[in-house]
Amino acid sequence: MNRIKRSSHPFEHYLIELRNASREELIEIAETLGLGLTPEEMEAIRDYYTLFGRPATDVELQTYDQTWSEHCYHKTFKGLIETPEGVVDGLLKTYIRRVVEELRPSWCLSVFEDNAGIIEFDEEHAIAVKVETHNHPSAIEPFGGAATGTGGVIRDVLGVWADPIACTDVLCFGPLDTPYEALPRGVKHPTYLFRGVVAGIGAYGNNMGIPTVNGAIYFDEGYIGNVVVYAGCIGIMRKDEYIRAVKPGDWIVLAGGRTGLDGIHGVTFASAELTEESEVVSRPAVQIPNPIEEEKLKRAIRAVAEEHLGSGITDLGGGGLSCAVCETAHRYGLGAEVWLDRVPLKYPKMAPWEIWVSESQERMLLAVPPENLERVLEIFQDEQTEATPIGRYREGEVVEVYYRGVRVAQIDLESLFKPPRVRRRTTWRPPKLEEPSFPMPKNLGEMLKRLLASPNISSREEVIRTYDHEVKGLTVVKPLHGWNAGPSDAAVLKPVEDSWRGLAISCGLKPRYGLIDPYWMAASSIDEAVRNNLAVGGRRIALLDNFTWGNPEKEDRLGGLVYACRACYDVAKAYGMPFISGKDSLYNESPLGPVTPTLLITALGIVPDIRRVVTLDLKRVGDPLYIIGVTKPELGGSEYYRLMGFLGASVPRLKPSETIKAYRRLLEAMDRGLVRACHDLSEGGLAVAAAEMAFTGWLGLEIDLDAVPAEGVMRPDQLLFSESNGRLLVEVVEGRESEFEELMADSPNARIGRVVEEENLIILSGGETLVNLSLKELIEAWKTPLGA
Amino acid sequence: MKRSDIRVLILRAPGTNCDAETARAFRDLGVQVDVLHTQRIFKERNLEQYDILVFPGGFSYGDYVRSGAIWAKECEYHIGGDLERFIDEGKAVLGICNGFQLLVEAGFLPGFEGKSPYPQAALANNVPGGYHCRWVYLRHVNRGGCPLTASIPRDAVLRIPVAHGEGRFLLPRDLEREYLRRLYENDQLVLRYAKPDGSYAEGEYPFNPNGSFHDIAAICNPEGNVLGLMPHPERAYYGWQLPDWTRYEDPPRYGDGRLILESVVNYVERRF
Repeated sequence: MNRIKRSSHPFEHYLIELRNASREELIEIAETLGLGLTPEEMEAIRDYYTLFGRPATDVELQTYDQTWSEHCYHKTFKGLIETPEGVVDGLLKTYIRRVVEELRPSWCLSVFEDNAGIIEFDEEHAIAVKVETHNHPSAIEPFGGAATGTGGVIRDVLGVWADPIACTDVLCFGPLDTPYEALPRGVKHPTYLFRGVVAGIGAYGNNMGIPTVNGAIYFDEGYIGNVVVYAGCIGIMRKDEYIRAVKPGDWIVLAGGRTGLDGIHGVTFASAELTEESEVVSRPAVQIPNPIEEEKLKRAIRAVAEEHLGSGITDLGGGGLSCAVCETAHRYGLGAEVWLDRVPLKYPKMAPWEIWVSESQERMLLAVPPENLERVLEIFQDEQTEATPIGRYREGEVVEVYYRGVRVAQIDLESLFKPPRVRRRTTWRPPKLEEPSFPMPKNLGEMLKRLLASPNISSREEVIRTYDHEVKGLTVVKPLHGWNAGPSDAAVLKPVEDSWRGLAISCGLKPRYGLIDPYWMAASSIDEAVRNNLAVGGRRIALLDNFTWGNPEKEDRLGGLVYACRACYDVAKAYGMPFISGKDSLYNESPLGPVTPTLLITALGIVPDIRRVVTLDLKRVGDPLYIIGVTKPELGGSEYYRLMGFLGASVPRLKPSETIKAYRRLLEAMDRGLVRACHDLSEGGLAVAAAEMAFTGWLGLEIDLDAVPAEGVMRPDQLLFSESNGRLLVEVVEGRESEFEELMADSPNARIGRVVEEENLIILSGGETLVNLSLKELIEAWKTPLGA
Repeated sequence: MKRSDIRVLILRAPGTNCDAETARAFRDLGVQVDVLHTQRIFKERNLEQYDILVFPGGFSYGDYVRSGAIWAKECEYHIGGDLERFIDEGKAVLGICNGFQLLVEAGFLPGFEGKSPYPQAALANNVPGGYHCRWVYLRHVNRGGCPLTASIPRDAVLRIPVAHGEGRFLLPRDLEREYLRRLYENDQLVLRYAKPDGSYAEGEYPFNPNGSFHDIAAICNPEGNVLGLMPHPERAYYGWQLPDWTRYEDPPRYGDGRLILESVVNYVERRF
């Protein structure tokens, strides 16, 4: 193509003549260079270069490609969306960020600005948190994809100078018993993906010495073609270590691993649909993990942070150097000069553009004032890891990139960070669904056992044991609680040595509800994350959102996304809990269609004194058991319906202004020492939650189903397995019932049973025994191995 | 020697990751603690300033080849003689998890005739395979030959977590009986995996979490001043680290891991 010409320099470098190029020519240029830019974006770039009056270079066009990708710029969340109810001017601004802007909590120190959200922990310390998606790479290479997902999110936390102290992982797979014949070409079997992803996450976190303390694993047919991998990281730092003060003349220091050809065009890959060819075409886009390199990097960066030697920091993730240099320069209103031939490479003969966009792992970019450079380099040397000054920040918002003395790119940051806004349209119609009608199963105890053994409820022990969840010795409430390894609602850490203050980490996701209604799916996900946090005594809760959705250019996918975002605003605002960070992954489409739309909500709460922390295990014979909240005939999308072969239509709803009142009262009861155990009701409803409390504490439980506050007339199976939101089970200290009841008086609650010595779960209704199962039977059912 | 004069050196290499909590636990015991990169010790060669040397848990150099092998060879090469002198003087050496693996790889444990030029035992891949993080019951079986655990009553059952992928203690097949006899004769067995009632796990998973020969979780050298153990006492140091501490009306202040670390400190206190 005669618009692309190799330059006369003795290395791979091309000049691209965009001026006067037609739309067709622009499309051809983009394809030739492997760019993911749309024709509209190429036209905008052509117009810039017409204005600049010169041809573009390959390095420059690659920079635009990386920066404007969905993965880096979140075009959809920032774009204009025409909905049946009017135009939404940016989903992020209108629904997600708005909560924190309206609430203005003093404890939010930096939200939606940096690599991670930063909130106050105590007077001296701040918590940094980030949750990332790594779906596309994990679909191709599950071990490497998941490991580098964890590695990347740890660097996000290092990228605000914080010390990573915990990881989370939420994984969604197709059913493990999916027959091979059901898989289209190029789609890997869920069992292969499951084993690989779990091994990758464990390997990285374990090697780094960061405990993986919270998470979820969810199975659904909608994930067969699109595996979902969320990796989160939480860090802590002294507030004065958070330094953002880059000045002209500061050195740009590239630290950590070497740069190679792995992870070229990762963001372009992540912003496209998966196809049969992805395996071959996009294999180089998956990075290679080396956790020990990152462990050394972590030590060095923490030392630099403690000595306040840097003026800025960011991680190298999507887009590699191109994004890291341009974004940091832009943030401080500066420009930069970079010498690519100084970048340490894994092997020679990489083209300048490849060095510039490579996403090789375990690399960080530091800004260092000249007077501190020597000491910073010494720190890295002491940790046996490389750090190389590769350029300097300077005045003027232009980034100039040199290679062997030749300027290979001159990038105007103003035009780079002004991509054409996307405008998208939505339509979303509620699916036509019916509520199933079936006779009540005769043996509800058997149903309970089958539910406990079902893949979305059963124990995750076989996975959690392969993660080190105790390294650092800070895990106060572990993911597997007690000697019976019951399912904790949230993990609690005690991050500061001389303080009893704790951090509660929980999550919520309800993908199946989204098949019925994305609004209530999102609302339920938030409520679940909050309930889980509350159950251990967490408060002052901060939320993170992570959307995994299909192609937003398809109107129905985007329509659902808009409703889900609306619910995020409505519920978070009513709860007074701001979003502090988030990340979306769109274009999750495969030959089998779109991914099950999935919203992961991560919640971080404060436990003022961990000596008051509450766990789920029943603790004393004789204690009364209360239920908080109303049980409604809301079984649409429930695990019970799934077991019966239905989806249903009656998705759980939520009245946040009412539930939050009950939650506040429950916290007060905990603070007064009235609560011995507490557990959230979610998948499998009341029956499953009660069983989990019983076998974790190895004490029996007797429940009168007729005492459960319910809406309308409900069948016993509905009462047992409904997944209505806003409900928790609470073991109250015997003798203090009236105090508890007085406190909870204006919120729906009822005493429904008591803890008994006999090692059985007994559920009665209308004088009949509906369920009578031994703890041994229950825990054996629950401990059914995944994939069995 | 006064407790506050005791100096503990916790070494680390790239991939070591249990140094901070190990240091925290020792500091709580009232001794002085330094955490140093081994490169620095290789340069400064100042082991003699310390009374207790700890190789903590982690994945030194990624645990490539075999767990602890690379770090062990590096230490042998740079400070092998210093280490032998340190041990000959009767000072305490503690290897936890990756540190235990290192002591075995470097030939310090079981060390029937002093440091062996080649490993006399192995910490092999777990059976069942894979990395496992879980709490176990350990029976203290030492008859007094290991002064580092002398403060712990014999047959006491301790609750401490393990977290490793390669912790299956093995002896060379053809020497298994003989080596085991020597371990017994020299009183080198320290901790064995047990059931909640204190009876030996007899290889039964998950009580014996990794398939270790003879349920062996910890051994010492014949002199008893070098102790290697797979479980992590620093993770069972405080009461709030226990898996069931929220069940207690009045939770214990400390966990069983403290018994081990305190016993090591007691030894140095008395001996020097």
